[in-house]
Amino acid sequence: MSTIAVARQRAMSILRDERFLRALGQAVFAIAVVLFVAWCLSNYRDRGSTFSFGFLREEASFDLAEGMAFSPVDPYWKAFLVGLLNTLKVAVVGIILATILGTVTGVARLSRNWLISNIAGVYIEIIRNTPVLVQLFFLYFAVILKLPSLKDRIVLPGPIFISIRGINLTWPRPTESFAYWLPFLIGAVIVAVGIYAWRVLLERRTRRPTSRLPWTFIALAVPLVGWFLVPGNPLYPNRPAVEGLRVVGGTTLSPEFLAILIGLVIYTAAFIAEVVRAGIMAVPRGQTEAARAQGFSEMQILQLIVLPQAIRIIIPPLISQYLNLTNNSSLAIAIGFLDLYAVSSTMLFQSGRVVEVFLMIMAAYLSMSLTISLIMNVVNRRLALVEQ
Amino acid sequence: MENDRSEASDAREMIICRDVHKWFGDFHVLRGVNLTLRRGEVVVICGPSGSGKSTLIRTINRLEEHQKGDIFVDGIELTHDIRNVHAIRQEIGMVFQHFNLFPHLTAIQNVTLAPIYVRRWSKDKAEEVARQLLERVGIPEQAEKYPAQLSGGQQQRVAIARALAMQPKIMFFDEPTSALDPEMIKEVLDVMVELAKGGMTMIVVTHEMGFAKEVCHRIIFFDEGNIVEENPPAKFFTHAKEERTKVFLSQILTH
Amino acid sequence: MTTATEVIKPPRTEVGVLGWLKKNLFSTWYDALLTFGSLAFISGVLYGVTKWALTGAKWGVVTTNIKVFMVGRYPYSEVWRVWASVGLFVVMAIVTLVVWRLDIARARRAVTIAWVIVLLVTIVLLKGFGDLRFIPSVPINIWSGLMLTLTLGIVGIVASFPIGIVLALGRRSSLPVIRVFSTMFIEMVRGVPLISVLFMAMLMLPLFLPASISGRLSNVLRAMVGMTLSSAAYVAENVRGGLQAIPKGQYEAGRAVGLNEAYVMVLIVLPQALRAMIPAIVGQFISLYKDTSLVVIVGLLDLLGVAKAVTGQTAWIGTQKEVFAFAGVIYFITCSAMSYASRRLEKQLGVGER
Repeated sequence: MSTIAVARQRAMSILRDERFLRALGQAVFAIAVVLFVAWCLSNYRDRGSTFSFGFLREEASFDLAEGMAFSPVDPYWKAFLVGLLNTLKVAVVGIILATILGTVTGVARLSRNWLISNIAGVYIEIIRNTPVLVQLFFLYFAVILKLPSLKDRIVLPGPIFISIRGINLTWPRPTESFAYWLPFLIGAVIVAVGIYAWRVLLERRTRRPTSRLPWTFIALAVPLVGWFLVPGNPLYPNRPAVEGLRVVGGTTLSPEFLAILIGLVIYTAAFIAEVVRAGIMAVPRGQTEAARAQGFSEMQILQLIVLPQAIRIIIPPLISQYLNLTNNSSLAIAIGFLDLYAVSSTMLFQSGRVVEVFLMIMAAYLSMSLTISLIMNVVNRRLALVEQ
Repeated sequence: MENDRSEASDAREMIICRDVHKWFGDFHVLRGVNLTLRRGEVVVICGPSGSGKSTLIRTINRLEEHQKGDIFVDGIELTHDIRNVHAIRQEIGMVFQHFNLFPHLTAIQNVTLAPIYVRRWSKDKAEEVARQLLERVGIPEQAEKYPAQLSGGQQQRVAIARALAMQPKIMFFDEPTSALDPEMIKEVLDVMVELAKGGMTMIVVTHEMGFAKEVCHRIIFFDEGNIVEENPPAKFFTHAKEERTKVFLSQILTH
Repeated sequence: MTTATEVIKPPRTEVGVLGWLKKNLFSTWYDALLTFGSLAFISGVLYGVTKWALTGAKWGVVTTNIKVFMVGRYPYSEVWRVWASVGLFVVMAIVTLVVWRLDIARARRAVTIAWVIVLLVTIVLLKGFGDLRFIPSVPINIWSGLMLTLTLGIVGIVASFPIGIVLALGRRSSLPVIRVFSTMFIEMVRGVPLISVLFMAMLMLPLFLPASISGRLSNVLRAMVGMTLSSAAYVAENVRGGLQAIPKGQYEAGRAVGLNEAYVMVLIVLPQALRAMIPAIVGQFISLYKDTSLVVIVGLLDLLGVAKAVTGQTAWIGTQKEVFAFAGVIYFITCSAMSYASRRLEKQLGVGER
């Protein structure tokens, strides 16, 4: 073939070269995205909007009734922090409670008792087929706001007050001698870790299963002894008392906090119950039968055979549910609980900094989601390794 | 033979592989393979698993990419040029070990899919050809059935019909009977024998030595990424030169 | 001693009603305890609820406001259009069921086209045109109540499905730029609460679009954009799961037989993947439907929004329980119906084509 013809063929073929086409496709896509973003930004600037995070140091000029102490002269970033802490409060407590309730319900759903199984079933069906916001509204407006007034409050031993103002609990408060007691607390943790490590080494040496957890409870003796050794009482029960129209002392759980917490726990637990049920059912029946034939007790079967395998199946969807709970906590804005989202909204309207605040919201929620995913993935991998 | 880019009408060499190398990451799976296949030849490639024999034929029809060396199919060079790749793929029909039939389509739809969408045939023309092919492989009555309703042997025969529907010049078989129950191997081999006797150019990766003895022109022993020995069947079994070939033969012929 | 012809019946406590009771409720002593405990619990709850529902509850708030619940601020004189649309839907549903059961192949395509036409007709009918006297315009902003909930749900579902598929394909693309972009989009939308996405759509869309377009973006339209984008991310993950389950051999067989990438995807891979993912995708759609209730927070009057507004009426102060219970029941009925339909669909497709 002549060289010119070959060269022409070479030039033509680059247009049909798959590597070139792939690179070209990506370049075109990237340019399109950049152009689109540039167009959006130019529209933004045409409106005279600016972009800066300086506003965070300005005064908030609004008050926050929930969470850490805050006053209207505090800066915006502190408000954001208060909101974040409130959300974390709800998320952490919510996840723990929802897991407990969800597991109990899931196991109940598998019970041989027809009544128990169906009560759990009805609960799950109703909760899953109703939007979470409807449940929150019902709980907040129709239940909690219907609680008796402070005058007619329900009093439980403690004392614990239940009224429309929320729940007032007796809460331990540290006194001057608390500083002397603190070393005993830290010592208890060290002793507990030490006992646990000792039991693990013992198990490895004697090659016989040795119980670990019950022994670590011995460490509780340390703070107990410390309590008597320290002059006075390190903790002092702060009791709520009604003075006129207010409650003084104790810790208050606001009605909004109760509504969002209880609502989220009940809602998420229904989904967790299904996840747990699927996990347990996925463990083949033959295994429990074989174990039973070998003489294992029901408790041992549950602990050694069913749960380890079920947990591996349960964890990934469980992560989704935890993330759902954290994201749903933003609905607090609908019932007036000042979580991260509610506070951010106020910040947004007050300062007019729409884009900046939204970026902060996204960053905060993405971080929380990532953290939960990371922690659970570590747990997941650890449990998998234990079997392997 | 410098001018391998010969005019298509007179191509006696259907496949030419020159010093073909391929790596999977660090693993050197094809180590300088040189292979020539003429029109009408039937070649059987055998060898231990992991030797790279499946990878070789998958590289020739571009299911895998080779990093070094040249491959020519019917005069067309296998490069990154998408037109070349497309043309080569239409020349070669492939039958897989696990059939890979499309489970959501009936047998006849499996066969007519490519002719309709790639060659742009009318539905009627495609169906007529498909029915003829299904008859040729011996299962015309299964045309409207879904793959899940067919036995393994029947599925593989549909797969062969599907590959033939595009009227390829070369047929590749990648361990076509390895996933079949023993009683179904014969029906598939019979189809392949009939194809071979009809003059189709074929490369068959298999352990079925009976088939090899009956119709193939050459048996290639492939090991560790390259051709170790090749011979017509008559000489392959009795006059094996390499030690590795003899070991392999002793392993597969004793059952 | 029994002979071969003697029939011995099992003891009375093993079979029939008594047998069932023994096995399911009283098999062990703590089982019996649980049974009594739950019976007490159930009767207590049922008694309380029934007593409230029949005597204490003021159901008038629901009955007098029923029109508001259903269609919100839609003008009373035009409600006949809503009834007409409902009628059309019911007719289409019956036709679809009949065609499906009788499995008339040719009619299937006709039915699908008919659905599209009906949908367009309904939109026109309900929205109307500015000047026509017969069907005056009722802008979407006025739609509220259950009508808005259904509209948001349907639009969200229909729009997020193709977008989700495209995102899923993008995430699995071999081109790094596209893959990174799709992954980032999906993860960012999923990691952020839906209410946040909604607010962003409401507040930020007008900021980033030129003044001429943003003026015409009604609240409802912005909410639709937010819901669609959010749902599309979740649909994308479901579709991705389905795509991952397709064995590599299917791609290879498709390429080997000469089909190019696009054909392989459309003719071979997607049909199989989507069929496998139907339960998960329908689950996502039911979630979307429930999530439409969140628009109350951005000020739209869907079913929940109307419910909340009604509790503010001076005539019906304090009727939160009745109103929210009513809204809950409506959601419950519609969601359960959708779950039931999806289960039937699964069974139908599973048995039919395999």
